[in-house]
Formats: sequence, C-alpha cells, structure tokens
Amino acid sequence: MSKPEAASNGMNRRKFLGAGAATAAGLSVAPGISLISVAEAKPVDQTISSDQRWGMLIDTNKCAKGCSACVDACNDENGLNTGDEQRSRQEQKAQWIRKVDLRDKLTGHEVSLPLMCQHCENPPCVDVCPTGASFKREDNVVLVDKHICIGCRYCMMACPYKARSFIHEELTNQLEYSPRGKGTVESCTLCVHRIDEDTANPRDPACAEACNAEGHKAMIFGDLKDANSDVSKALKQHSSKAIREDLGLNPGIRYRGI
Amino acid sequence: MKKVNYLEIEGRSGGFLALLGVLGVILLAGLVGMYHMEHNGHYVTGMDNQIVWGMPHVFAVFLIVAASGALNVASIGTVFGKAMYKPLGRLSSLLAIALLAGGLMVLVLDLGRPDRLVVAMTYYNFKSIFAWNIILYNGFFAIVVVYLWMMMQQSMNKYYKAAGFFAFFWRLILTTGTGSIFGFLVARQAYDAAIMAPMFIIMSFAFGLAIFLLVLMLGYRWTERPLGDEMVRKLKNLLGVFVAAVMYFVLVYHLTNLYATEHHGVEKFILAGESEHTTIFWFMQILVGGVAPLAILYSKLGASRMWIGIASILVILGGLAQMYVIIIGGQAYPLDIFPGMEIINSSFADGNSYHAYTPSLAETLLGISGFAVALLIVTLGVRVLRFMPDSLSDKDVDPHHKG
Ligand code: SF4
Ligand code: SF4
Ligand code: SF4
Repeated sequence: MSKPEAASNGMNRRKFLGAGAATAAGLSVAPGISLISVAEAKPVDQTISSDQRWGMLIDTNKCAKGCSACVDACNDENGLNTGDEQRSRQEQKAQWIRKVDLRDKLTGHEVSLPLMCQHCENPPCVDVCPTGASFKREDNVVLVDKHICIGCRYCMMACPYKARSFIHEELTNQLEYSPRGKGTVESCTLCVHRIDEDTANPRDPACAEACNAEGHKAMIFGDLKDANSDVSKALKQHSSKAIREDLGLNPGIRYRGI
Repeated sequence: MKKVNYLEIEGRSGGFLALLGVLGVILLAGLVGMYHMEHNGHYVTGMDNQIVWGMPHVFAVFLIVAASGALNVASIGTVFGKAMYKPLGRLSSLLAIALLAGGLMVLVLDLGRPDRLVVAMTYYNFKSIFAWNIILYNGFFAIVVVYLWMMMQQSMNKYYKAAGFFAFFWRLILTTGTGSIFGFLVARQAYDAAIMAPMFIIMSFAFGLAIFLLVLMLGYRWTERPLGDEMVRKLKNLLGVFVAAVMYFVLVYHLTNLYATEHHGVEKFILAGESEHTTIFWFMQILVGGVAPLAILYSKLGASRMWIGIASILVILGGLAQMYVIIIGGQAYPLDIFPGMEIINSSFADGNSYHAYTPSLAETLLGISGFAVALLIVTLGVRVLRFMPDSLSDKDVDPHHKG
C-alpha cells in the first residue's frame, strides 16, 4: 500500500509550511493541563488539552458534485474498505463520511457536501451513552471506546446527523490504529491517530488531504482555538454555518454556502 | 371477610406440563434466533444503520412497560386500600417481576455485545437516561421482591403497606424513565413531545392489566379454583377505562403534533402515509387495540369471560402495534438534517421518503420469547410458592357482597 508514504509526505509538507504556527501552538500547551486531560480522555497517552479544539471548515462552493475523494480516502485510511463487510447489505455497511447533494427548496440552488461526525461540543451521543463508551476528549474529538461499547445503538438514535454506523458482522482485516469490531458502533474519529502523532501540528485528516490533492481544497482542518490557524482565519473572514444550528450542539465542523 | 388462604398449584396435571412445554419451546426458538443473530452479527436481521432498533425493542419495551402496569393491581389494594384487590397483590407482583425479566432479557440479547452485560452493570454514565433505567430496573426487582416478602411473611405484614407505597412510586418513575428514553432524542421529530412520558404510564396501566386479567382468568380456570364474577367485572371495567385513556392520550399526542408546523411531516407520514405504519396505526393500534376491545368490554359481550379474554388479547396486540409505530415508525421517518433543503442524492439514504424495515424471523422470535420467559416465571412461581389464593369467589373476597 502506498498510503502511509502519501500520508507522511502530507505531514512533512504541513510541518514545513506551518513551522511558525506549530511552535506557537506547542508552547501554548502547558504540561500540567495536558496531564489532567490524559486521565480524563482514557485511551490516549498524549498531550491532549482543552487549549485546542480540532475542527474543519467545509466550503460547499468548492466541493464538487460527483467527487468522492474524501469518502474514498477515509475508507482507505480507516480500513473501511478492506473487503470485510461483504455480507452486510448496503444500508448496513459502515460509512463514516458521505457525500450529500442538496437543493434549496425555495431558490433551487444546489450544493454538494461531505457529512461526517460533526464533533459536537454538546454531543447527544455522549449524553445518552449508558456506559460512557461514547466520550469527548479534552480537545473535543468525539470517539467511541470500542472496549466498553455494548452495542445498544442509543447514540445512533440520538445523533441528529446520523453520523454513526453499527458493525453488523465479524471483521478480520483491521488496521492497528483503527480497531473495529462486530456489535459496536463507530464514526469519524477526525483521524485522531494523525492528531496524536503530533498534537502541536497534526497532519490533515485523510479526507481533507485527499480533497486538497484533488485540487478542490474544500476542507480546511485545524485548531479552532488557535487564532492563527488556517481554519480560524478562514472562519473569521467568511460567514459560515453549522448544520442544524438550532439544536445548539456547537459542532466543530462548519460549512460555507449552505 | 374470611382469611385469604394462599396455596401453591398442584402442577401434576398434563395441562401444566404441556403449558411448560409450549413455553419452553417458544423460549428455545427465541434463543436459537438470538444465537443466529449474535453469532453472525446483526446483518442477518432486518435492522440496519437507519432502523437501528427493531423487533426486539418493540417487544422489550412493551414488556417493560407492561411490567410496571401489572403491579397496578397490587397498588390498588395497598396504596388505595381497596380490600377486594388485596388478595391479588401477590400474583400482581409476581407478574410484574416476570414481565420485567422477560423484557430485559430481550433487550440485553439484542445488544451488539450482550457478553458485555457486566460492563453495562459496572460502567455508568450518570448523564444517560439509559443508565438510570438500568438502575431503575434493578431497583424494581429488589423493591418488588421485598414487597412480596412482606406480603407473604406474617411477621412482616405490618410493613407491607410502606413497601407498597414505595413500589408504587418507584414504578411510576420507572415508566417515566422508559418513556424518556424516547423523549431525549431531540432530533427525532416523532419523539419530540412532552406527553411521551405520561402516555407511557397510561399505556403501562392498560397493557399490564390486560396481561394480568388473562393470567388470572386462565390460572383460575386451569386450576379449577373459584374466581368471582364481581372481581372479573371490576377488573374488566378498569381495563376499559385504561384503554380509553390510552386512546385519549394518543389523540392529544397527535393533535399537539399537528399544531406544530415542524411536525406536520412526521404526522402525515404516520397518519396518512404510504408505508405500513399508517395501516398498523389505524388498523392494529386504533381499531384492533382500542375500538374493538372497548366495544367488547362495554357491550353485552363484556359479561362473558371468553370475550373479556379476547378483549385483553386485542389490547396486547394493539399495544405491540403501538410500540411498533412509535419505535420503528419514529425511525422510519427520515431525520430532517437540512431543513428547507431537498436531498437529491446521498449514499446513506438521507434522501429516502422513509426507511423500510423487514423484520427477520430470528429477531421476531427473540422478541416473542420475552413473553415465554415471563409466563414461565409466573407458571413456575405459582407452582412452588403461595401466590394464588385458593378461592377468589366474590363472597370470599368482599365482605359486602350480596351474592
Ligand atoms: S455528530 Fe453525532 S456522533 Fe458526532 S459528536 Fe455530534 S452527536 Fe455525536
Ligand atoms: S452503542 Fe456503544 S457508544 Fe453507542 S450508546 Fe451504546 S454503548 Fe454507547
Ligand atoms: S476526519 Fe478522518 S475519519 Fe473523519 S471523515 Fe475525514 S478521513 Fe474519515
């Protein structure tokens, strides 16, 4: 597989371009704070801090109808297309990110956009989860701890974006950093394994990276709490919206042009 | 009133063994279905990423709701001091525990990872209404067992009233909790109604009493013990009131939803849509589960025990239909993720007019087996312990009876 190479190239490029910002972000992570957050955030042993909040701005004007580079990249990155989910029907197969084409009922204006877990600040999936398997890290990445998920699917009922999938059959080909298991629920991790490689200046998530590689550049990833990050600057410059803003969940994924 | 004499049933007859056999076979079929699902994964079921709760939830929630209602008869005797209902308290409590056990079994066996039951019992997220329900269910078992013990143990009799009160309030909270499982799903239009919790309480009264009446009439008939007409008449009138109350709540629920413009879509989908849910709602829930039993109970037919039995069965079928429409219908109606927008294309079925669901045999059998478990517990319970008075004839239970 050529994927890891492509991935590390991405990292180098970003590191190179954002060296200044990286140092600034790195300094802002106070060691004490990160230790506390580690205890809270269970599985990861890195400097995860509430000084950071990872998110994305998706520009639907740049997103091309019919393009599914982000979806394919996510499936590759997280092992969703290892050929395992053969017996599940189409409606049973896991989808962490999907393309949705919309038409405004009044104006007829059409947009195309990728939809995945919105990494809500007030995530209903976390509120309803009986065991605490659904949890939100200090840096607001919302994850499922596959070891304590009992597969009750209450989080799927609660998520307003239908961002989650249930695994309907035994899976064998697994990626080490993306464990998946029959009978548990999963969703977009915001490519947390990439974030945790280097919390000071993480690589783009696979979907955004692929979008850039296609030349659409519709997805900008970064730290929403860092005023100098690309995503913060873009958010400041243009108006944007959260999907179902009325629910007050304050998602970390924002959209332009909807 | 003569002192009530509770007696185990003999349980040596062919009929008793046949009953155990039939229930055992149903349970076995359910367990085979469960094994099939859990061994292969849920891909063998009709459930998918759109309809995530299927037939097992329909049965499980029905049984759990009915469990709380089955305790009603005991409460009327203890909490409201109606002497006539007191001799029924033990059977009512036993049925309540049994129904809850049946419902929970189905709920647990439908989990993606039923083997992690221990996790569910040890990791609690106290923000989750689901976690609270686990505590409420466990508490219900404990309280009803204590209540039963105080009823059955002569020396503890003086405390049983207090225990009865406690059980009464606990089960009201429990049913509210069960109803709130749906109330917390803010984004789901079908469940976005404050009336959900009280509606569940009324539903529990009707479903629980219907099952209780059936068990009572069949139990006394098969054991050839006397059961007074007056008692049956009172209980069937009560059932009529509860069924009418459920229908009233259903009416208010839909009227309030029709009042709010954003709920028009889901209302139209249920009340006048093209899916099976419209048929199930009007035909099964309203006609079979509401109008028909009311007609039977309040007409001349209501004097016949066979017809009261039929009415009770109809209430149970209607109740299952109601659960189906609430649980499956609520999921079948697509989420409004992009208000004001029309979805032209999505790989995740976002643009469907509704999500179809075809239950598999395995998941349906698992659901039905919840009933078998409950009835097995009752049958074995009355066999080994003194739950059933040897006579419930009117003159034995009511001092004022002029028969
Ligand atoms: S989008 Fe859904 S799954 Fe993701 S955090 Fe929000 S509620 Fe949870
Ligand atoms: S399916 Fe798993 S993650 Fe979702 S609510 Fe249940 S236990 Fe939590
Ligand atoms: S952030 Fe990663 S996990 Fe989430 S949709 Fe993009 S590629 Fe998939």
